[in-house]
Amino acid sequence: MKQVKCECGHVNPLGTVLCESCGKPIEENQHIDGNEGKKLLNMRYDGTARRSKTYNKSIVDRIWSFFSSVKVGVWLIVLALIASMIGTIFPQEMYIPADAPNRDPAVFYESQYGVLGLIFYQLGLHNLYSSWWYMLLIALIGVSLVICSLDRFIPLFRALRHQNPKKHQSFLSRQRLYSETESSTDDELNMVKKQLKIRRYNIKETEGYLLAEKGRFSRWGPYVNHIGLIIILIAAILRTTPLFFMNEYVWVREGEIEVLPGSNGEYYVENKDFIFETHDENDERFKEALSKEGMVASNYQTDVVVYKADRSIPGEEPELEPIVEDSIQMNKPLSFEGYELIQSWYQLNEFSSMTFKIHETSDADEKSLGSFTVDLRNPQPEFELDNGFKVVLDQYYPDYYLDDNGIPASETNFPRNPAFVFSIYSEGNDKPEVSFVGIGRNIDGTGENNYKLGIQEFEMHDVSGLTFKYDRSLPFFGIGAAIFMIGVIQGMYWQHRRIWIHKRKDGSLVMAAHTNKNWFGLKKDIEVVTQNTNIKMVEDQQELDEKDK
Amino acid sequence: MDLLNISSTALYTAFILYLIATFFFGATIKDKQTDNNKKGFSGKIAITLTIIGFLAQLVYFTTRWISSGHAPVSNMFEFLTFLGMALVFAFIILYAYYKLSFLGLFALPISMIIIAYASMFPTDISPLVPSLQSHWLYIHVTTVALGQGILGISFVVGLMYLIKEIDQTVKSKETTWLEIVMYILFVFIGFIVITTSFNLMNYNATFEYGPGNRTVTTDYHLPAIAAPTNSTLVTEDVMQPWFETPEWFQGEDAGRKFNTLIWSVITGTIIYLITRLILRKRVGATLQHLLKNIKADLLDEIEYRSVAIGFPVFTLGGLIFAAIWAEIAWGRFWGWDPKEVWAFVTWLFYAAYLHLRLSRGWHGKKSAWLAVIGFGIIMFNLIVVNLVLAGLHSYA
Repeated sequence: MKQVKCECGHVNPLGTVLCESCGKPIEENQHIDGNEGKKLLNMRYDGTARRSKTYNKSIVDRIWSFFSSVKVGVWLIVLALIASMIGTIFPQEMYIPADAPNRDPAVFYESQYGVLGLIFYQLGLHNLYSSWWYMLLIALIGVSLVICSLDRFIPLFRALRHQNPKKHQSFLSRQRLYSETESSTDDELNMVKKQLKIRRYNIKETEGYLLAEKGRFSRWGPYVNHIGLIIILIAAILRTTPLFFMNEYVWVREGEIEVLPGSNGEYYVENKDFIFETHDENDERFKEALSKEGMVASNYQTDVVVYKADRSIPGEEPELEPIVEDSIQMNKPLSFEGYELIQSWYQLNEFSSMTFKIHETSDADEKSLGSFTVDLRNPQPEFELDNGFKVVLDQYYPDYYLDDNGIPASETNFPRNPAFVFSIYSEGNDKPEVSFVGIGRNIDGTGENNYKLGIQEFEMHDVSGLTFKYDRSLPFFGIGAAIFMIGVIQGMYWQHRRIWIHKRKDGSLVMAAHTNKNWFGLKKDIEVVTQNTNIKMVEDQQELDEKDK
Repeated sequence: MDLLNISSTALYTAFILYLIATFFFGATIKDKQTDNNKKGFSGKIAITLTIIGFLAQLVYFTTRWISSGHAPVSNMFEFLTFLGMALVFAFIILYAYYKLSFLGLFALPISMIIIAYASMFPTDISPLVPSLQSHWLYIHVTTVALGQGILGISFVVGLMYLIKEIDQTVKSKETTWLEIVMYILFVFIGFIVITTSFNLMNYNATFEYGPGNRTVTTDYHLPAIAAPTNSTLVTEDVMQPWFETPEWFQGEDAGRKFNTLIWSVITGTIIYLITRLILRKRVGATLQHLLKNIKADLLDEIEYRSVAIGFPVFTLGGLIFAAIWAEIAWGRFWGWDPKEVWAFVTWLFYAAYLHLRLSRGWHGKKSAWLAVIGFGIIMFNLIVVNLVLAGLHSYA
């Protein structure tokens, strides 16, 4: 490897901008940090040799330089930002409202939003956040994070670990904060040192040169938070594998037991009761709001029993052994054996069954000639009655409504508003009478029917929608987020302050200072430590710089 | 007097105190900066009033918490007043460090606009729906508001920087954009003025409209220019609507909110034009005067520092705490809901800002513009996402 030797005798790696030891600018490399023609030195990376700025021959070098550039990083962030914004113009596919006339994305976007909606759909923006190019963008940000950090951290770490207090005059005078004092005494210098120590500066001295330094660890903040982000990205990749993440939904009716999907038949859940509560309208505190807003829900809760299946004999029905009995509420999910059950949806007052009776149309007392019960989830096609009648269920609409063309249809598959078309075969008669029956509806097919159907009784239940999942990637996200926070706080809430002092033999004194942020604070520090001495307050050369322009 | 009355009186008191404090901060201009360390008398009064005002707002917050039984950060009114309070808090902290009176002259009015804007939303104490019944409600929301308040200071300081540094002697792109920002602030004032006026008159017009098979009514408290989509006006003897709100406005009561927006723009424009007529120059040019004695470098640094301090707080509240709560309540910590996406956009934006500050050439004006835009994104997430994009986060 080629090296550059500084006049102080220190051998620097190729591409060094400021000598690692004495800080003297290395003539031929000033363009790298943009120092040419500038009064002040760029101290961002302490003038260290960065791989990205030194080598650009091979393809690897070029890729490395490309991704290590802050400019490229910012561009990637900006692209991700714009893409994310675009995705919220119209709802994503998963957020198409449940009550939309047609939830098919091919229809929904155009019918709701016109041409723009159609373009949105055709460009695939309705699934933007899972599109290959969005993921690629995020992945590129990840690559940039790694390369950027390595490119800067390694040389910076080396340079800051072996700092030499003895700095070249051209290094000192080109710092942003700088002053020259014509004469000073040793006492004054000692006072300054004492004050610096009180302010918790670490002091290093050689041959009349002094370096006071504090908060160096804040320089590692950016690299620490980048590590946190990379862990988060890795966690996101892990989460796409079934080993780390599983997510299923299950609807359970009150009083029923369902196998939990995704558990390979290992777990079953029973819905003992679904509880829906609302806020008390007479509650003094909320009276006003409730009278305006109407009813407000206060609790969604499912009382469940979770069973573990014991399949000692293969092929046989498993034996269910209860393992947990608990209530699941919103914001209070149930955890068991590494799985989680979450209250997600509910459906109140579904009909479970309806019992009908047959009576003669002319009978004012509606005396029952026979009755039958329809299981609304699993209706039988035919019913043989004790009196010899046969009833055939021709049509079943679980959630009846008349569509735009006036044709009966079912809005959902849930038995919320069931309606039926029955054919009644009276005893020995093979020509049926057709009836249409629903809640509050009883229509005679021909107007000449001898027999009529009536609803005798019905049963209702609530249905609870539960999410069943495990997410083993969460600890990784947690660790990543924690490291990220530590990193940003470390980098943002502390600053790396350095003050260089050189007392020459003739008694004159040079002072220079640098910080990575909060110059105001550094100036205040210097003001305090030089109090009661004749040492001149540093001047902010950046301000002067700007005035010159 | 019951707690709730104490609470609203305290908020009102805080508002008045901020107003008076602003005038005292204004008076410090005359103090002229003869010596940096010697603080003028009016400056002392101003900061004292601000602190008392902040304490009064704390009284509002605690009494409202006690009387409702939950942290008052559960709807738009409560969130925005808290945001205003966070902004004042961030200002007080910065004042303690930088001793900059001028900051108060700009930060307090912005905070007052936010609080007044908040008061235009329903102020009743409302009960919590099940998804909000969690300690994470106040952990998440207060942290977000605090983060946004600190970032709000960077907006205030960035704006001050632009007012000071932009050359107002000639008309340029920069002066135009700065006037647009000023104009937007006037639209907020317009909203407050017009809403208050019609509220005092008790104006009401009721509309009926039917999404799907249901029928919903909505009460307009401003004359209807834009009616809800597919609606009929029920109230008699009121102004007939001019047109209907386009269908693509999503969200609860989009028609009414859109109508309010139209009124705010009209009123804001009128107030702005009157102001211009009186001043006979750009609003930015008028304000530039006030900032003569202040160092641009210092403004630039405070702006950067408030982003540096606000960014971690916002990340913690708006992304990390938000994700933890979403995981508990909905079983997924991230769902690309519009509110979440815009929190992410905000985060990316400030991340870009912090990276740009690393390079030369992105200090000063450019960076000040970014600080202004950043707060614009925060406000967009707060207002437009609720108005137009709607999602799971419909309460605030």
